[in-house]
Amino acid sequence: MSERRVEAWLWVAQRATAAGLALFVLVHLVTIIYAVRAGLGAAAILARVHSSLAWPVFYALFVLFAAVHGAIGLRTIAAEWLGWRGNGANAAAALIAVALLAAGWRAVLAVSS
Amino acid sequence: METLKVEVWRGGADGKYQSFEVPRRASQTVLDVVTHIQRFVDPTLAYRFARRVGMCGSCAMTVNGKPRWTCRTHVDEVAANGRLELAPLANLPIVRDLVADMREFFDKWARARGQFTPTATRKDDFAKVDPRSNARREADAAIECIGCGVCYAACDVVKWNPGYLGPAALNRAWTLQMDARDGAHAERLASVAGDAGCHSCHTMMSCTERCPKQLSPTRSIAGLKRASLLRLLAGDGDEA
Repeated sequence: MSERRVEAWLWVAQRATAAGLALFVLVHLVTIIYAVRAGLGAAAILARVHSSLAWPVFYALFVLFAAVHGAIGLRTIAAEWLGWRGNGANAAAALIAVALLAAGWRAVLAVSS
Repeated sequence: METLKVEVWRGGADGKYQSFEVPRRASQTVLDVVTHIQRFVDPTLAYRFARRVGMCGSCAMTVNGKPRWTCRTHVDEVAANGRLELAPLANLPIVRDLVADMREFFDKWARARGQFTPTATRKDDFAKVDPRSNARREADAAIECIGCGVCYAACDVVKWNPGYLGPAALNRAWTLQMDARDGAHAERLASVAGDAGCHSCHTMMSCTERCPKQLSPTRSIAGLKRASLLRLLAGDGDEA
């Protein structure tokens, strides 16, 4: 795949994940505000997350979108503000995406099992 | 007589500002101020202009930190506290004084496939383009560019990414994409994709804010992004 095509697809991924994150963040914030009315406690949070498979799936997708979106954004910032482009910057961005995915999914797995 | 204090960039990239006192006049434009300096104070001052009526796009400069066409910019509008600071357009190499090197700016028009690619010959009849068609309206909205370079100088993405084609070249590409007579739509779309092209635009709209012709290169670039997305989803190749 040509460099131009890769850039175009990265742009699509950035826009699509941004649209997804808008929804994820909204649901997340509304849930937090609703949930803390009865006080904030680990037990309540775990009870909610364990209540259905939907929550772990929701947060697993949230993590995926955030990892993709964040890594592409950081790659752009590296290119524009630091002048860092090419294979090194691409590898660093990919590494950040993998690290975010690993850390995020590990957390989702930890609270849902 | 009331005077205006004018700081003018002199020399090349390593130059500095020089101060001039210029008589203040009614309905005075920034170009009038520069011309006064060149005619009556220092004939070695280099600057560009041709018509003084807002058509040719040659007199653009940085006026108090913002790119503007100087022939249609009145001193009244911009000279805060009776002071003017004039420099060549940003994001372009400086030739001397107020003259920027426009080569890269226009080379990028060519790189964005800013040339019309005909599909008919002189033996064919005139093409019939419905003025109410969507494509014709889109082209109309973007076609009046005078190539002054103000948008290019205002664009932060150009500053950060020297390869970026810039608002004017992409706006030009969009008018040709919307031209039913043009035969290079697929190739042009490939030329304006990617890191140097429409996908690098952050929609900050400095180009649209500063365009002296009130065009919206941002809108044109958004059109290119949409067209490019449709083409990607259709799985077309990117011959260019």
